[in-house]
Amino acid sequence: MDSLLNPDRPPVFCPGCSHDRSVHTLDRALKEMGLKGSDVVIVSDIGCSGLFDTFFKTHAFHGLHGRALTYAAGIKLAQPHLKVIVTMGDGGLGIGGAHFLAACRRNLDISLLVLNNFNFGMTGGQFSCTTPEHASVASSFLNLLEKPFDVCNVAACAGAPFVARSSVYRKNLPELLAEAISFKGFAVVDLWGGCPARYMKKNPLSPKEIESAIEKLQPYQGVISTNIRREYSSHYREEAAKDTAGVDWQGIEKTFEPTVKERREVVFLGSAGQRVITGGGLLGRAAILAGMNVTQKNDYNITVMRGPSVTEVIVSPQAITYTEVGKPDVIVALSEEGVRKCWGLFQKMEKEGRVILAAGVEIPTTDAEVLEVNFKAGGIKKKERALAALSLLAQTGDPVTLEMLREAISQSFHGKRLEEARLVLEKAATIPV
Amino acid sequence: MSLLFIDGNQAVAMGAIHSGCRFFAAYPITPASNLLSAMLDTLPSAGGIALQGEDEIASIGYCLGASMAGMKVMTATSGPGLSLYSENISFAIAGEIPIVIVNIMRQGPSTGSATRGADGDVQFMRWGCSGGLPVIVLAPADVSDCFTLTVHAFNLAEQYRCPVIIASNKEIGMTSGTLDMERVEKPAVIDRTLHEAGPFLPFQVKIGEDVPPFLPIGGPILVRQTSSTHGPDGYITTNPSEIQAGVERLQRKIDSNMESFSYFDLEKREGARTLLVAYGITAGAARAAAAELSENQNIPVSLLVLKTLWPVSEQVLQAAAMGMERILVVEMNLGQYVQEIRRVICNQRVDFYGKMSGQLISPKEIIEEVTRG
Repeated sequence: MDSLLNPDRPPVFCPGCSHDRSVHTLDRALKEMGLKGSDVVIVSDIGCSGLFDTFFKTHAFHGLHGRALTYAAGIKLAQPHLKVIVTMGDGGLGIGGAHFLAACRRNLDISLLVLNNFNFGMTGGQFSCTTPEHASVASSFLNLLEKPFDVCNVAACAGAPFVARSSVYRKNLPELLAEAISFKGFAVVDLWGGCPARYMKKNPLSPKEIESAIEKLQPYQGVISTNIRREYSSHYREEAAKDTAGVDWQGIEKTFEPTVKERREVVFLGSAGQRVITGGGLLGRAAILAGMNVTQKNDYNITVMRGPSVTEVIVSPQAITYTEVGKPDVIVALSEEGVRKCWGLFQKMEKEGRVILAAGVEIPTTDAEVLEVNFKAGGIKKKERALAALSLLAQTGDPVTLEMLREAISQSFHGKRLEEARLVLEKAATIPV
Repeated sequence: MSLLFIDGNQAVAMGAIHSGCRFFAAYPITPASNLLSAMLDTLPSAGGIALQGEDEIASIGYCLGASMAGMKVMTATSGPGLSLYSENISFAIAGEIPIVIVNIMRQGPSTGSATRGADGDVQFMRWGCSGGLPVIVLAPADVSDCFTLTVHAFNLAEQYRCPVIIASNKEIGMTSGTLDMERVEKPAVIDRTLHEAGPFLPFQVKIGEDVPPFLPIGGPILVRQTSSTHGPDGYITTNPSEIQAGVERLQRKIDSNMESFSYFDLEKREGARTLLVAYGITAGAARAAAAELSENQNIPVSLLVLKTLWPVSEQVLQAAAMGMERILVVEMNLGQYVQEIRRVICNQRVDFYGKMSGQLISPKEIIEEVTRG
């Protein structure tokens, strides 16, 4: 195959720059693999590594600093046949650390070439996450204070199944790159080289010195057998193919006649764990069975299993424009903390209004009729109280009837949950009030 | 007759699937998390891909890669995540990458309140990127809009090769409502224009047009994408006239076509001297207030509900404001979009009413504000 170098845009690196060697080595690897330009995308990062895509006649994607692996992932998932090669410096690796770890864990078929020259060359030679502690760089003494990280150790630790470290000067580098690119999974190659414009001015670094520095470290030559596992993209498609259920966007058919002529506002004031929001949802579904419009607005703390839980359900044969409850027709008061959260609502109620009050819960004075219910004596558990209260409300037929509620329950629940819900309705019918 | 009972975020998911979105990535954040859930539930079985990114930057990055590889893509977040999207939104503008970004706004600033709604990002969505080029922002007012405007958002993103932001709110995204799918407006789906024949340059527009035809990365013809300032060939340019022509085109392709996607509802009432202007969740309260005032209190009030927030449609605003003694802008923030309205309607009285307390603005408050005069 032909070279994939771009004849119109020869490399423009500084004299003596190791990137120049990397460009030609990568081209030799691609050539040896017999790849066409359209088989390959080079996703380049920012800095000198960000120039790589321009030197090749391949698909090219040049984006933001440190984010190259994210674009590469999107491209690979959308076009699985592509050989996706990311060129990134040690700078990009540092700023994009989270993406590097995620890519190692995820194992998409992407090859990452870390063009590691121990500094930010383009911006003036500042220290990066791989600058040795005792190097002299443009970030004053800061690099003295931080431990550089070993790209390969981190990659192997994070789960990358192919990790290799090499000097850019090694003779067999094209073969190593070809192996990395051919590998079906995430492959990291930590390529050590020198930056003559910045780093090497104060930190002379010959090819031999690079080689001996590498030799002192744990060797990484490719496959990490303990990290070998399935490639993400093909695994994803396989799992997705099993997921045939999808989502049921089916509507609720109208099978009852509307029970009310005007807007009704029902508020459940309870606590996390009382299934207040589920109860509100069932009320909504029951009303929709009569073709009425419904909104349900919930309010709860970010603490999932603790704290107040409030749901506001509006039922109306007309369109509902405003979704917050102003003057409730019904309040279901199940817990102190729920009541405290909406203390003022009780005063807004009119005498036609109804409060279904769990025995022992304190509420402010209200003009509405209060129905105190001893759920505990009725054998209704905490998580069943919203539904039990709802069935007491449905006994009045406003805004839904028991038949509508039963139908909503049988459409919403299945199996054991359905049996439990039906049992709650039976128990609620005999509850002392 | 059958009615769906879904929240705004689920309706956005439905709209996305309807539009042909087959790639979604997001990082969990309340109040946008259940949109991530809806897409995870929906996309894989529809042959698509839904991902949970390691952070917001990655999530939008995955989308940009997939979009350039030819897929229709969407991501979703709230204010804190939108902040992290900023640099990639600039990239999507510069690189002309179609993407739909859903911002389910919550109480800010900063971490704010995860489970309380607000409309505090309205100027941020417009100006929160480097370069200051226009973005399209659509604001649904209810569950039905969430479906319809999502389809519009995809159509605009594809047609103009740009990011389109859906400005939703916790109070829309996580509040369930009834939806009659037979009556919901379903715009025809538009796909991006593909390059057909002849030599391909990735950012070359045809004569008389402002949007370059698209080819995907991964096809037989080589495609370049770059966040750097580029010419039609997708290579860096330092030529000032080429740079200027490039940014002017990016501005022109949105601004010169904006009237075709300035969505709004205007309730004009005979004898009205006040125009209420609202958007998003506050539109519902404004609608109720306008109806109450006009029908029961003999104070006719007109109402303009804006569904395209950016670019600002001067035509729509001026036409609605014509002859009005007072324009009252109601927003769930401390006064953001009112600045645009004051800019456009300079010779009429423009008042503001708003709050950002986590509570909805009620019809009663609006009525008081109107009758106060």
